[in-house]
Amino acid sequence: MKIILLFTAGVLAMPAADGPRTADGRPDLSGMYDIATLTPLTRPTSLGERLSLTDAEAKALAKANAERMAKTNQSSDPNRTAPPVGGDGSEGAAGNVGGYNSLWVDSGTGAFKIDGKWRTSIITDPPKGQMPPMIPEARKRAMERGRMNRPNRGDAWWIKDNVTPGPYDDPELRPLAERCLLGFGASAGPPMMPVLYNNLKQIVQTKDTVLILNEMVHDARIVRMNAQHEPPEIRRWLGDSVGKWEGDTLVVDTINFNDQPGLFGATRSLHVIERFSRIDAKTLLYKFTVEDAAVWAAPWSGEIVWPATDARIYEYACHEGNYSFANILRGARLLEAEALAAKKK
Amino acid sequence: MRPLARTQLLILIAVGSLWAQTRAIPRVAGSGKPDFNGIWQALSPANYDIERHIARPSLMLRKGPYGPLPAVPLLRLGAVASVPGSMGIVTGGMIPYKPEAQKKREENRENWLDRDPEIRCYLPGVPRATYMPFPFQIIQNPKQFFISYEYAGANRDILFKNPGPAETDAWMGQSVGRWEGDTLVVDVTGLSDQSWFDRSGTHHSNQLHVVERYTMTTANHIQYEATIEDPEVFTRPWKISLPLYRRMEPDARLMDFKCVEFVEELVFGEHRRKPLPR
Repeated sequence: MKIILLFTAGVLAMPAADGPRTADGRPDLSGMYDIATLTPLTRPTSLGERLSLTDAEAKALAKANAERMAKTNQSSDPNRTAPPVGGDGSEGAAGNVGGYNSLWVDSGTGAFKIDGKWRTSIITDPPKGQMPPMIPEARKRAMERGRMNRPNRGDAWWIKDNVTPGPYDDPELRPLAERCLLGFGASAGPPMMPVLYNNLKQIVQTKDTVLILNEMVHDARIVRMNAQHEPPEIRRWLGDSVGKWEGDTLVVDTINFNDQPGLFGATRSLHVIERFSRIDAKTLLYKFTVEDAAVWAAPWSGEIVWPATDARIYEYACHEGNYSFANILRGARLLEAEALAAKKK
Repeated sequence: MRPLARTQLLILIAVGSLWAQTRAIPRVAGSGKPDFNGIWQALSPANYDIERHIARPSLMLRKGPYGPLPAVPLLRLGAVASVPGSMGIVTGGMIPYKPEAQKKREENRENWLDRDPEIRCYLPGVPRATYMPFPFQIIQNPKQFFISYEYAGANRDILFKNPGPAETDAWMGQSVGRWEGDTLVVDVTGLSDQSWFDRSGTHHSNQLHVVERYTMTTANHIQYEATIEDPEVFTRPWKISLPLYRRMEPDARLMDFKCVEFVEELVFGEHRRKPLPR
């Protein structure tokens, strides 16, 4: 009996056609993954219910991106003078003062493929690849957030428009990523989404624990296997994750988030189910379903591949070097002083 | 009993107990290495002061009429801010500072409130992460050895393939591991000069080189040793040593301690539109 068991364990420990397995016979998901992709979370509306791109469309997408990257990769003009007062009118993450060039951006070189088809969006359900409609209260909150999030035109518009509190009044009103509390764009999730850069994820798997490290802000989610959820008094930034195996799929169930989960707009009632499985020795399939009755009228689901990479994670010590955050607040104080002085005139 | 038989018996007992001890350490299926998986914590006042010392009134002191008194900003914390005594974790008790580095340590102590990176929730560095008063979790499989620290959500991936000299300094450095028998030896370089060893101003440069040794002495204890080398700050290499204990609570786990949020008022509060009392 013992001999037979040993033999079985030996066979299971061998790399299978679908990738390595652990000593206890599970697919070994451990490793480093780079989830950068040009496939967006939500589908361009013009594509309707089309799940996949043609080869030609995928090629065009990659080419347009490569051209954009080449353009922003040009050397800076050493004779360039300072941008005009109030900014140069450019928009985006560091708009108006010139910002991220290609050096910073790492959002992949193409769309990703599942079952041999280039995907049009990460979201697969609803079938149009969009998030389901928000319930009215959530829509109101989102519109309020949108109203506060205006491009920087170099003026304290909140003074002019009598908006209280203004968007820069207090640290607590700023996005979590500016405060170095979580990576931006639901990078840490769950569900874990690809973003503009720093898209590495690391999995460290044992029988009892699966650790999932997010490169941005070095957030490690520790999934307890075959365990009960924590009592609801315990809230976590990344929620409480418990895992189990369904055949060769690792299923991770996460609840008990705090009031501001990484997933944009979600609340403490967020519930995420993630499913990790192997497509081949070098690729994982990551599927997720999101439920938050306080935000969306229906659950929504998506999928994306996690390709293995030899790249390394370097320390993302965000808070330790967060000089920008003080400057963002100080900049707002200066703009306010200018706006108030102008009002008095 | 004949003398020879007695010797044989003693050898048998010795071998037997050694075997029992070795067997008592859990091992990782698939690699046979000691299984460090679990939640561990130092039970030591080392984070206050790694050197041998008697208790003192406060983390930051001023001269009083009859001896040192707590510095004014810490006065109201009373005994909570006092420093417990300890035999220290430094082998031999004291750190072999160069004279100018010793002077800087004293200055650091006098300005502790403004200088200790722990106060601002900065990453703890190595070896301080090990003996912060927080648990840490080791997740280990035949290929990987990962340490996740509760304090500030710090973590380290121990690399078993040496990538060569660290390309950049980092708070937690670059850790390269190798097994010497049942001991995990971790070579840590690329450490930034901004971390400290404790709340007593013990400092280093970015030439710091730490060689850690993790040895399981029982199923529930790790003996942790580290050799500290930094020719810019110390006259010779020195060692620290302390046991780490398995957290035995059945529901032991790492909690969230994202202290970045907790220090926001300290670090950024003065820039509020309407600053609160400070």
